[in-house]
Amino acid sequence: MTQLALVIDLNVCVGCHACVTSCKEWNTSGSAGPLPDTKAYGEQYAGTFFNRVQTYEVGCYPDTETVHFPKSCLHCEDPPCVPVCPTGASHKRKEDGIVLVDYDKCIGCKYCSWACPYGARELDDHNRIMKKCTLCVDRIYDASLPPQDRKPACVMACPTSARLFGDIHDPESEVSRAIREEGGYPLMPEWGTHPANHYLPRRKTRVLIHDDELERADNPLKVDRQQPRPAKGEPTLDDAVTW
Amino acid sequence: MRPAFSVIFLTTLLGAGQGLFLAIVAHQTLALLGVLSPDGGRGMYGPGAGVALALLVGGLVASFFHLGRPERAWRSAAMWRTSWLSREVIVLPALMGTVFLYGAAHLTGVNPVLARLPGGGAVDAALAVGLAGSVLSVALYVCTAMIYACLKFLREWHSPLTVANYTLLGAASGFTAAAALATSLAPSEAPFFAGWALAFTVLGAASRAASLVRNARLRPVSTLQTAIGVRHPVIRQISQGFTAGSFNTREFFHGQAQSLVRSLKWVFLLLAFAVPAILLAAGLASGSAQALAAAILVQMAGLMVERWFFFAEANHPQNLYYQSVA
Repeated sequence: MTQLALVIDLNVCVGCHACVTSCKEWNTSGSAGPLPDTKAYGEQYAGTFFNRVQTYEVGCYPDTETVHFPKSCLHCEDPPCVPVCPTGASHKRKEDGIVLVDYDKCIGCKYCSWACPYGARELDDHNRIMKKCTLCVDRIYDASLPPQDRKPACVMACPTSARLFGDIHDPESEVSRAIREEGGYPLMPEWGTHPANHYLPRRKTRVLIHDDELERADNPLKVDRQQPRPAKGEPTLDDAVTW
Repeated sequence: MRPAFSVIFLTTLLGAGQGLFLAIVAHQTLALLGVLSPDGGRGMYGPGAGVALALLVGGLVASFFHLGRPERAWRSAAMWRTSWLSREVIVLPALMGTVFLYGAAHLTGVNPVLARLPGGGAVDAALAVGLAGSVLSVALYVCTAMIYACLKFLREWHSPLTVANYTLLGAASGFTAAAALATSLAPSEAPFFAGWALAFTVLGAASRAASLVRNARLRPVSTLQTAIGVRHPVIRQISQGFTAGSFNTREFFHGQAQSLVRSLKWVFLLLAFAVPAILLAAGLASGSAQALAAAILVQMAGLMVERWFFFAEANHPQNLYYQSVA
């Protein structure tokens, strides 16, 4: 069984929103129809997005950290949005575990959005149907693209490689290794939804330097515990190295 | 959650229609068993079923305003194995069909006797259809309530009390409507309906009060810590990722002051329970048709406020992600 998913490294994400804009660009241009905006240049604009980047401040000043948090559909392994759908429009694909909405069957009752604890679904006000992240299902299987480009648009756009894409059921995949070795975790595990997308935690980066690494113990200039002192008028060592 | 007026009308009108039909069939059954006078209620079975059908149709019409694509509504019967919404979509037309047949049998007089009880009471076709419809009515209460009660992380709704409330409040308004109708169609039977309306109103008040107490004691399971997976007691949202609104900020926040929500709680406790109970008791004591007519009007208004509060009270965990615009 394949379960495609994203693994998002919060330690690397810089909050640039490139994944948001490239997601919007790809998915508003595709065969599934546009992701429309309302009054895009007005004061009270609104729009449908599959992906958002939020920002949180953790800790008390001055000991704070800024966490940028990309948020999209988590493609849960036990998705609560699927069984509640009355038409079967909301479904989870057996072959790759992607949770999708069949836009031709959706009646726009919004019940699936109520059933998602993460708020991952957004109603498209123009087409009056529910929309959500498709993991770029129209891109990742596109044989006309070079193999390295068969990834979701957000993954392609990320300048810091904070987004990894792969099969979390394959223990040797890049995403499985990242989850296993770098402490990947799911969101709101308390609801038993088993999100496929995982997040990698922030990590403290410390460099341990010992004293003898800063100062060479066998430095010949210090063997006698003193620097050779040049006589007056002679060039100093500093002058010598600038020659 | 943001209360949608379509769903408020849908659930209150359906509840009253189901309750009214249950009241009429209960009366006919008890009359057949000899508990009530055999012919006292005959005059209201047909017209009463007509009013019940009108309430059900009103609810159905309201439900279409909730859909983005009402022209595809027929698709929503597909997933009855998993979705309570789908089950409701199947049970509602089935109930409307039985209510129509029941009313038509009584109004046209095409109502053959199917069997005779040992005591000589005639079980007519309408009663058989009515009993089937009663089962569907109760099933519809369960389906409607389970749409909300099955969402486990909406903890204000995820309780057997939700099912009890939808059933008892629907029955209360239905029996009150039956009492008001009986004052003109079957005056001798009005006390029967008013008495049971009073009982269901009191039971509904108890069950709704129990859910209010339960919900006031709920502590959130999800926190900002589990929402973003950072284990630090102090987390503050700086930006939700956009400065204007989105579906997430519109659909899941009622946008009203907490003081208004709190005061509406007392409004619905008065209008849905206290005032109708007094009016029903007055109607029982004096036989006043005006008191019973006022009771159903006040109770329906109160139940609509109750339903508004029901939605506004529910706190969706996704709201954790939308606490600060920028």
